[in-house]
Formats: sequence, C-alpha cells, structure tokens
Amino acid sequence: MSLLDVRDLSVVFQRRGERPFTAVDKVSFTVEPGQTVGLVGESGCGKSVTSLAIMGLLPRRGNKVTGEVLFDGADLLKLRPDDMRDRRGRDIGMIFQDPLSSLNPVIPIGIQVAEVLERHRGMDHKAALKEAKELLDAVGIPDPMRRLKEYPHQISGGMRQRALIAIALACKPRLLIADEPTTALDVTIQAQILTLLKQLVDETGTALIMITHDLGVVAGLCDTVNVLYGGKVVERARRHELFGHARHPYTHGLLNSVPRLDSPRGERLHAIPGSVADNIPWAEGCAFAPRCPNVVDACLEGPPPLEPTATGGDLRCNNPVSEEVAVP
Amino acid sequence: MLRVIVRRLLQLVVTLIALSALIFIWLRNLPGGPVDALLGERATPETRALLTKALGYDQPILVQYGKFMQRILTGDFGNSIRTGDPVTEVIGRAFPATVELALAAMIIAVGLGVPLGYLAARWRGRFLDNLTIAGTLLGISIPIFFLGYLLKDVFTQNIHWFPPSGRVSTGIDNTNVTGFFVLDGLLTREFDAAADALWHLLLPAITLATIPLAVIVRITRASVLDVLNEDYVRTAEAKGLRHRTIRGRHILRNALLPVVTAIGLQTGALLSGAVLTEKVYNWGGLGTLITDSISGSRDYPVLQALILLAALVFVVVNLLVDLSYAFIDPRVRVR
Repeated sequence: MSLLDVRDLSVVFQRRGERPFTAVDKVSFTVEPGQTVGLVGESGCGKSVTSLAIMGLLPRRGNKVTGEVLFDGADLLKLRPDDMRDRRGRDIGMIFQDPLSSLNPVIPIGIQVAEVLERHRGMDHKAALKEAKELLDAVGIPDPMRRLKEYPHQISGGMRQRALIAIALACKPRLLIADEPTTALDVTIQAQILTLLKQLVDETGTALIMITHDLGVVAGLCDTVNVLYGGKVVERARRHELFGHARHPYTHGLLNSVPRLDSPRGERLHAIPGSVADNIPWAEGCAFAPRCPNVVDACLEGPPPLEPTATGGDLRCNNPVSEEVAVP
Repeated sequence: MLRVIVRRLLQLVVTLIALSALIFIWLRNLPGGPVDALLGERATPETRALLTKALGYDQPILVQYGKFMQRILTGDFGNSIRTGDPVTEVIGRAFPATVELALAAMIIAVGLGVPLGYLAARWRGRFLDNLTIAGTLLGISIPIFFLGYLLKDVFTQNIHWFPPSGRVSTGIDNTNVTGFFVLDGLLTREFDAAADALWHLLLPAITLATIPLAVIVRITRASVLDVLNEDYVRTAEAKGLRHRTIRGRHILRNALLPVVTAIGLQTGALLSGAVLTEKVYNWGGLGTLITDSISGSRDYPVLQALILLAALVFVVVNLLVDLSYAFIDPRVRVR
C-alpha cells in the first residue's frame, strides 16, 4: 500500500460574488514510503494548494475540497479537525517557502522547535528544549545551545530554513511536504538546503513531496515527477524519463527554458509564450492549448485524458513531442 | 535599555518645562481670576490692589514664572486659593480616586476588549462580528456625559442596582491606607467596605471605559485579522499545535503589539473622560477638582499643578508602554 494515495483531489475556491475557480482539478498521485515525489509547475498551477489540501490547512470557508487523500489507508479529508491536528506535525511535516515569515518573530527558536515535541511526543519543556538542541545540531546549525535562545531575526536565512526543517522533522514524520523550500534563499544556500534535505530523507526514510518550479531541484532530488498545469497533472514520469524524453509540450518548454552556460553566445533564452492567465478552462479543451506549439484541432474540442505511456508514466496530450526529440 | 529610559526622562523634563510656561501664561490671560473670585464684584479698587499685591500677581509675568519654578524645585506648589490648603495635599486627596476609576475602566476595557476583538476577527463577517462593529461605533460616538447620565438614570433611579454618586456609602467606616477604596477594604480586611467601594465604582468605571473599550476592540480585531494571515500562524497549524497554544503564543502575542500602543494613547482619553465622568457621578477625584478650580475661583496654583500632573501621567504611561513593547517584541530590543 502506498504511504500517500491522492485520488481525484479537487479544490474549488468559492468566494461570495465571484465565479467558482477550480484551483486543483482531479489530481491523483501516489507517494511510496521513503520515495521523493516532485510536484512541478508555474505559479498558479495548483501545486501549493494541493499540498495545503493534503495538510488540511485550507480555510474551510470559501474552499471546497473533494476527492480522497489516503494516508496509510485512512482518508485525511474525512478526519475530524482534532484528529487531523493530532497528525499534523507528527505523521506529516511541512516546510514553507519563506523561512523568515514562517517563523514567529517574537518567540525564541528553541521554543518554536520544542513546542512541537511537547505537543506530539509528550515531552516536558526541559526535555523538549534538550531535544531541540540535538535537532538544531542535526540540521547543521552551529552553536545550537546559543541559537535556542535567539529570535528568527537574529539568524541567517539559511539557518532559519534549517530551523524549520528541524521543526518539520522533529517528530520523525513519515511524510515531509516541502513547498518551494529554497525559493527565498541565496543560490549557494539553496544547494546546502537541498543537500541537507536529501541527506535527512535518506537517513530517516521519510517520504518527501517536493513542490517546486525549479527543474534543477527536481533533477537533484526526485524519484518521480508530476507536472501540473492549470490544476491538472499533465505529465507524470520517472526523473530520468522526464529529463531524457519529456513528452508534454509544456514540460518540454519548461526544460528548454532552463538557461544553460554552455549554449552559444548571443543565443536567446527560450521562453514559453504567454502566461497562465491565457489558460482556457479544461472543460473546453486543453488548458495549455493557447500557448502550445503543437496544438491540433482536437485540443480545443475537450480535455485530453491522462493516459499511460510506454515508459510507465502518464501523459495528457493529443500531440506529444515525439520521443526521439532529445532535450537539449 | 537604560539609555533609552534616561533619554526619555530627559525629554519628559523638557516637555514639562515647556508645558509649564504655556499653562502659566495661558491661565493668567484668562478673563477673571482669583482676585475677582475671592473679593466678588463689589470690591473696591484699593482692596483689589492690596490682594493682587499680596498674591504676587502685580509682578511681571516672567518674574512670577521664575518664582513659581523656583518653588516647584523644592516641591512647593503653593497653596490653593480656594481652600488655602497646600496644593500637594489637595491633589494628593483627589489623585487616588481618579487613578482607581481609570484603572477600573482600563481593566474593563482591556478585559472585555481583547477577547471581543479576537472573537470578532475569528468570526469575521458573521453575526458576532457585525454586532461588535456596530457596538463599537456606538461606543466611540456616544458622548460620555450623555452615556453617564443615561446609565445613572437607568441603573440608579429606575432600577436601583447602583448608588447614584460618591465613592462610599454613608455609615461605612473605611480605613484610608492607599486612597484606593477597594484596595483599602481588602488590605484592612474590611470586606464590607471593599464591596461597597466596588459597588460605587462599577457604574462610573463602565461609563469611562466605553471609548477605550471600543477602540481596543477595533484595534484588536484589525490586528488579529492581520496576524491570522501570517505565515507563522500557518506554520503553527502545520505543527498540529493545540488551539490554545496557537491562540495565545502565536496569534495574540503578535496581535497585542498595536493594542498595547493604543492602551497608552487611551490614557489621554481616560484623563479627559474622567473629568466628565467624575462630574456625572460626583466622584471627587482630579476631574472634579479641575472643574471646581476653573469655574469658581481660577485657582491658579491648583490648576497649574493639575495640568502638569496630567501631562506627567500621560508621558510616563506611554514610556511604560514603549518599554513593555520592547519586552514583548524582541525586534525592538536590539535597536
């Protein structure tokens, strides 16, 4: 049995006086124990909303969440709020994008790590602080004893993200969700944080859902990758398949738009034309059709289905990039 | 931290000196004056001149001011023109009454305002929220003397829940220790006196609390709404922390920063509100003293000291607020 089995997860924003907006549209994917799965896509493709829906962190007002999120066979969406509260931080940990705003500015780091231990592992405050020191040490924060008493504004961005990782992993969860954990960091620090995540995931056997728009992150970390567009999975493949033979024109475009140091001087950067604002609703056709170089008539006649590929992945496209075209 | 306090205290001294000069000049340019008040309309010019000279009001204003400042430095604020008692004594009698009233009002305003503001924010757009917004609008806009007389009329005349005026019932023999009657009653174990004092205190305190209460509710609500959208609240939720931990440690602690500032600024509103409230309930504090000192006798020495005291209280409370700010928010501390 998969550790996490997301089935037909949909999130519809229903704001008063506005037309309902489907942010996540029947997304399904699985995460095996210890596996690292990527959710990739542009801003607004629904990847963060998916993760918040799994965690039960979307406000109940104005959001309609349907489908199933099976964790160890139990549907998280059907849990009572208090039972879900018991699981968050214990079974599933989460790391967010901006480490400065994600830490409480008026509380020392030590307490912010310790409180999750007190909550889920029943430790008293003293034991929890002691364990917090060990955790800070384990995520590579120098002089952890001193950091316990310091506030978020007193430590560097990289250290803040390390502290958040320590918090998320404090109770040894079986699943860690990382929502763009390196976006707000310097490039050199990004690499360090990714290395740390990889190392911790390997050591603890925690499964990881990596949410990112950065294909470099995917290349270094993920076993399987789900590419999202307009709230739907458009391509799913193992990492090597994806980088070797991306089939969906969108994925292909994403890979092509990564700047390369070894490209000839003066060559223009590749960009996918248009923006997510140009989407058409899935009901009318493929949401990517207005921006797609491979668009055919069938693309505007209805949503293409997600179909298995020969290489064991899934693809939602009427006219995929042929397998022979090598990605540069 | 010490340097901040010292600097603020120096600023306070400068403020008080400037203010004292302003009050001094302003008071002496008001029509009427102690001489008219004491002698009445039919006094002869000779007696007027004599009294003016005796009180020292015939000298140039700068000389008068110089002498006033000189005496202040030795702690001598002169004698009340109305009663002849030393000013420090007159004010010392009235001061605890007003402080007791203001403290009670602040306890009501904060004790009710913060939870109400929090609940309104959590139930944003629902019935309680709308009720709170309407209620606070009413609380801010209703004149305090009108509300005072209204409450007094309803709760002391129509239904006799509270005594109409004063701080203590006749026949209650309370021992005066601090001048705070409720506290005195508790300290001396005269619980009947404490209960009686509290019974007298409630209605004036509620009257005085309305404006600060409304302001605190509104600021708490707005501030909590801001904090609810903060990423660290989402982090706290992602940790699976209990409601009360999230509420107390992560939401309120951050949301209270602007509220604390508002509490400091409301001290001014409390002081001016106390003048009206005390008039309505015949409270016998600084507010009563200030109206009596202006209307009848132009009691220069008392008025000067009173206004300086009010300024001192305002500045000191706001200094305390700034210091508590640094205590709550570590980011202020490093600066």
